[in-house]
Amino acid sequence: MGSRLSRRMLMQGAAGSALLAGIEMPAIVKAQADTIRIGHLTPLTGFLGPLGEYAVMGVKLAAEEINAGGGVLGRKIDLVMEDSINPQTASAKAERLIERDKVAMIIGEISSASGLAIGQVANRMKTVFINTGCNSDALRGTSCNPYMFHIEAANSMYVQATGQYLLRENLVKGKKWYSLTADYAFGHDLLRVAKMFMETHGGQFAADELVPTDTADFSPYLLKIRQARPDLVVSNLAGNQITNFLKQYTEYGLPFPVAGFGFDTVVAWGAGKGNFSGIWPLVWHHLVDTPSSKKYVDAFQKKYGKLPDNQSWGDYNSLKIVAQSMSEIKSPDPQQLAEHLRKGAKFDVMKARQAYFRSYDNQMMMEMYAVRAKEPSKMKDEWDIYDALGTVPGPNEDLEVIAPPKDGACKIG
Amino acid sequence: MQLVFVLEQVLNGLLVGAYYLLIALGLSLIFALGGIVNLAHGGFYAIGAYLAVMLGPRLGFAGAFVLSPIAVGMLGIAIERLLFRRFYRADPILSLLLTFGLALVIEQGLRMVFGAAPLAFSIPPELRGQIFIGDFIYPRYRLMMFAVAIAAVTATWFIVYRTSFGRVVRAGVQNPDVVGALGISLAPYMTAIAALGVGLAGLAGVLLAPIAGVHPAMGAEILTAAFVVVVIGGLGSFWGVIAAAMLVGVVRGVTIYFNPSWGEASMYLLMALVLLLRPRGLLGERILKFE
Repeated sequence: MGSRLSRRMLMQGAAGSALLAGIEMPAIVKAQADTIRIGHLTPLTGFLGPLGEYAVMGVKLAAEEINAGGGVLGRKIDLVMEDSINPQTASAKAERLIERDKVAMIIGEISSASGLAIGQVANRMKTVFINTGCNSDALRGTSCNPYMFHIEAANSMYVQATGQYLLRENLVKGKKWYSLTADYAFGHDLLRVAKMFMETHGGQFAADELVPTDTADFSPYLLKIRQARPDLVVSNLAGNQITNFLKQYTEYGLPFPVAGFGFDTVVAWGAGKGNFSGIWPLVWHHLVDTPSSKKYVDAFQKKYGKLPDNQSWGDYNSLKIVAQSMSEIKSPDPQQLAEHLRKGAKFDVMKARQAYFRSYDNQMMMEMYAVRAKEPSKMKDEWDIYDALGTVPGPNEDLEVIAPPKDGACKIG
Repeated sequence: MQLVFVLEQVLNGLLVGAYYLLIALGLSLIFALGGIVNLAHGGFYAIGAYLAVMLGPRLGFAGAFVLSPIAVGMLGIAIERLLFRRFYRADPILSLLLTFGLALVIEQGLRMVFGAAPLAFSIPPELRGQIFIGDFIYPRYRLMMFAVAIAAVTATWFIVYRTSFGRVVRAGVQNPDVVGALGISLAPYMTAIAALGVGLAGLAGVLLAPIAGVHPAMGAEILTAAFVVVVIGGLGSFWGVIAAAMLVGVVRGVTIYFNPSWGEASMYLLMALVLLLRPRGLLGERILKFE
């Protein structure tokens, strides 16, 4: 055996194991003449990877449908797809997509930190970026810019969606919340908005705690929750964290009701039978009862053999919106596209009411949904995990009432 | 702060220690005996979990619990025969590269076959529920996991320290050339150790599948923690790994009690501290070939 083998090798091994988390997948670039290239940049690996996979399924389905219908302006859509990995890589890849691959615009991202990086590149290179998965209000506030659009709802909107139903169930006024928050940009932002909602409506924290994103074992937190006896356990967690939390919350059999302010259907599907509970917000879900929603669910199931989730909704609709807009302005020019989107063009995004980007911060104004976990005994199959609670805002309210406040933080309007 | 709450975290930390022990034991074994820094250990753990999800509905959890580690162990035999064997005497950087690549292949393979989304898997109904001792709460599943971890450790200890097989293996660790000179071929012993170490990773995967998300990157998620435990415990030390696993579980629990956002960082601080005071780890032995 080699004499050079030493304890240091083991240490290098430990460092190498950390590296494993950040390896990238090769880009698949298919060059075609006379097409409109669209960049798709989203995390496919790491703790947001499961969502990225659905994002890819959504955007591919949209491209397929658009191309089957003759494309845009007589040209086919050509997707250039990349794994964004982290903010540094996301920024570099966004530049490469625009400069080398000459994409007309970029769709994607889920991590708020990476979304910020891509948004900055988009602004500098005057190319439209539609964010399909970053929730931080900050992206619509101090970090906003005229080229970054948000089909993904802002944290404020998610908090309102769950919050309205918590109010109805009398879980806010005079109640003690125990919140667990993902310890990175998204979580911090969500905590801030959730706290504002809670305080406005007369609730208080039993405790609010930050949870590192690489936490796999939640048992110490669960013991603390049990000791604190809150009226409501609030999740501001993200990605796989929610799966682990849900599984272990059931394992410890805690009796307190659960609600979340950030959620993705995929992580609850992945939790398993009997492990999902509480009230959660969604930007869209497969039970939404509109003609275009049903059509999408059917098309998605036909192509992939499974139900679409909220993330696939964002990437699918973004490409549809871009195709529709380019047809309307008869040009793939990014400047004109940005202007068109900001001028209040209306889009069918599978909801009862049409949606539009408001010019103040480029956030899409639209209906939001809350869902409640089903009793395990009432589930038809492993996909049937929640019931629709309802739509926020109500049919007679303005769409803007749930949007982040126009506090002047965003200067593009 | 109430002392009883801290005590509850300490006891829970010991249970969590079983989790760290399960993921670190096989890693420690293969490194101590074969000298391979197995970065693919997390990958074998993930395969174990996926096998549990595949086999569970057909054979029940008990069937998956028995068969998955065996299947992963067999995979370990194949990997040892085809790959590891060529690297025992090579520059260690090569085996590091090999297992690094293997880890990527396994993770991406799982992603290609099963997709990136987590697969649904729950605690079997007969193991659900909690046991209350005084005011303290213990999930039955975790107690079972603790018992299995103890059984696995005892079995491994027996094999390595109480059988003639183990004597040869331990001699091989100290001085492979002398073992060879005595006319004993180490090759089949190394194969068996690899099967055992990799099989233990599979066992950890099966046991964790009901309480952690089953997704392709789950191996990468636990690997760093496993290394930290092995490093703290000390190279080649059987008892060191056990002590380190329990220590990490307890330190993490108590840290989260006082300052949750430091929860995951606490184990790295602990590692730094241990290495400052005892560079060979808690109970690390002086092994000639590693010096």
